[in-house]
Amino acid sequence: MKLSKEEVEHIAKLARLELGSEEVERFQSELANILDYVSQLKEVDTTGVEPTAQVTGLLNNLRNDVSVASDSATRERLLSAFPDREGDYLKVKTVFSVEGGSASHEEDL
Amino acid sequence: MTLHELTLLETLDGLRQKKFSAVEVTTDYLNRIKKYDKEINSYITVAEESALTQAKDADKRRAAGEDSLLLGIPIAVKDNQTTIGIRTTAASKILENYLPSYDATSVKKIKEAGAIILGKTNLDEFAHGASTEYSAFGVTKNPWDQTRVPGGSSGGSAAAVAADLAAVSLGSDTGGSIRQPASFCGVVGLKTSYGRVSRSGLLSMTSSTDVIGPIAKDVADAALLLGVIAGEDNKDQTCAPDSVQPDQYLKIISSKKDLSGITLGVPRDFISAGVDSVVLSVIDESIKQLQALGAKVVDIKLPHASYSVPVYYVITPSEVSSNLARYDGIRFGYNSDEAKNLYDVYAKSRGQGFGREAKRRIMIGTYALSYGYYDAYYLQAQRVRTLITQELDEAFRSVDAILTPVSPHVAFKIGENINDPIKMYLEDVFMVVASLAGLPALSLPVGFSKPEKGNTEMPVGLQIIGRRFDEATILSIGKCYEGVINWRSKKPSL
Repeated sequence: MKLSKEEVEHIAKLARLELGSEEVERFQSELANILDYVSQLKEVDTTGVEPTAQVTGLLNNLRNDVSVASDSATRERLLSAFPDREGDYLKVKTVFSVEGGSASHEEDL
Repeated sequence: MTLHELTLLETLDGLRQKKFSAVEVTTDYLNRIKKYDKEINSYITVAEESALTQAKDADKRRAAGEDSLLLGIPIAVKDNQTTIGIRTTAASKILENYLPSYDATSVKKIKEAGAIILGKTNLDEFAHGASTEYSAFGVTKNPWDQTRVPGGSSGGSAAAVAADLAAVSLGSDTGGSIRQPASFCGVVGLKTSYGRVSRSGLLSMTSSTDVIGPIAKDVADAALLLGVIAGEDNKDQTCAPDSVQPDQYLKIISSKKDLSGITLGVPRDFISAGVDSVVLSVIDESIKQLQALGAKVVDIKLPHASYSVPVYYVITPSEVSSNLARYDGIRFGYNSDEAKNLYDVYAKSRGQGFGREAKRRIMIGTYALSYGYYDAYYLQAQRVRTLITQELDEAFRSVDAILTPVSPHVAFKIGENINDPIKMYLEDVFMVVASLAGLPALSLPVGFSKPEKGNTEMPVGLQIIGRRFDEATILSIGKCYEGVINWRSKKPSL
């Protein structure tokens, strides 16, 4: 079994992951093999079985929703981690573009 | 005296009796790292300067009459737990120069107990793997045979302890990542119960099974470190709301002299298939030892355990694909300079920053969670997870612990499994049941065996799975075994 090139490219787009053509080709068979392997789960009768998302038994373990002030050293460490900044502002690339930028990408999906 | 050969407790004892100083111990480990770690590659980052500063401080505090359980103890931390002032890479190019803004709770707690952080240890990128070969910083070598892997993903933490490049270390375990490298390197590893130790500051991989735990030279050291890092934390809502006394596990295991009254279950059907005969004979020998110590051994059935690996390799990539979405090149981490617009910042930063296995898991997870496939893969896996958990809970009504080999074989050769993802996933075969059910499990060195293709005898580990939140029982079993045979006297020659 093999996934089509288009299927792999579609998943990569959903995952926001740019892949080279060799990677796409390799994933066509690799992903198919892994999916084929995990498909043995279909044999198991799970009628009436509840899914398990977590095993703690804890429910609605919430803390009070209060703001906690950050000290200046923590704040500076957060700012220093920005790949690109202007003063204390995080600098990002253009969000909207006229010709085939991110906005049109969103529509594709 | 050879300081680096001492266990954590022996080191603490020496420091308390003023036989040597924290600076002397730390310097000894740092020198040893300089001498041997070019080859072993167990550390990604060695924090020499800050370690020496911490050591001087520890000596000052001790001279002033202070004492605590880790005061002056040199520790290695797996590089997926955040540390202020020491880069935290997760062995990924995407975080190559990442300096975290906060300490993980595990790190904060060991620092508060006086520990000295020697550095950050190697792992498979984002803890995805069973060999430490998927690190962007090169493979870690097994100290017993440097042509073999140390296991993974906490391969650096296990190799560092085995090679006496740290007194003890912190690892993390999602589907076997503490237990398998501990077994491959001949050291003690403890996968804690899910929720026993706070995950705050652990870079999330599979949020529903990730745990932090100790890797140590012996069981008592693991019990001590567990006591220090365990307990409630308001920064992790899945952390159990129990307070833990730092010395409580150490006290409990010290009081247990034999295994009378303990029943051990062995799932023979589950473990008989696919285990190397030389490994199985070492395991059977260790089970006999436990019997001789007074334990009753019974056969148990775990009919759904054989589905644990496929369940795990649906749930894990699904949670990975979601958790790794945060590495998007915006607020921190690698940011591709080729990007022209926002979509490209995401896609190019991630495409260039992530390695092979991380990409593979993101792709599988995205597929399994996408429209039309969710029910067939993710939901079905979660339902089988329920069956596996119920089966284990049922078994624990009649047994106090379950025994299996950690791994079906000893450490494999570097490169042997790298191009076969499913074979690599099957490394976890005996370990993921405990992860899926959130149970604690000890990886205990119980002997050596010679692999088919090789001349060096390699360590074999016994897995002892316990009831949820009952680390005390499995540590006690390990401690009683060590009282009879302690493999610690055998050391790798570097």
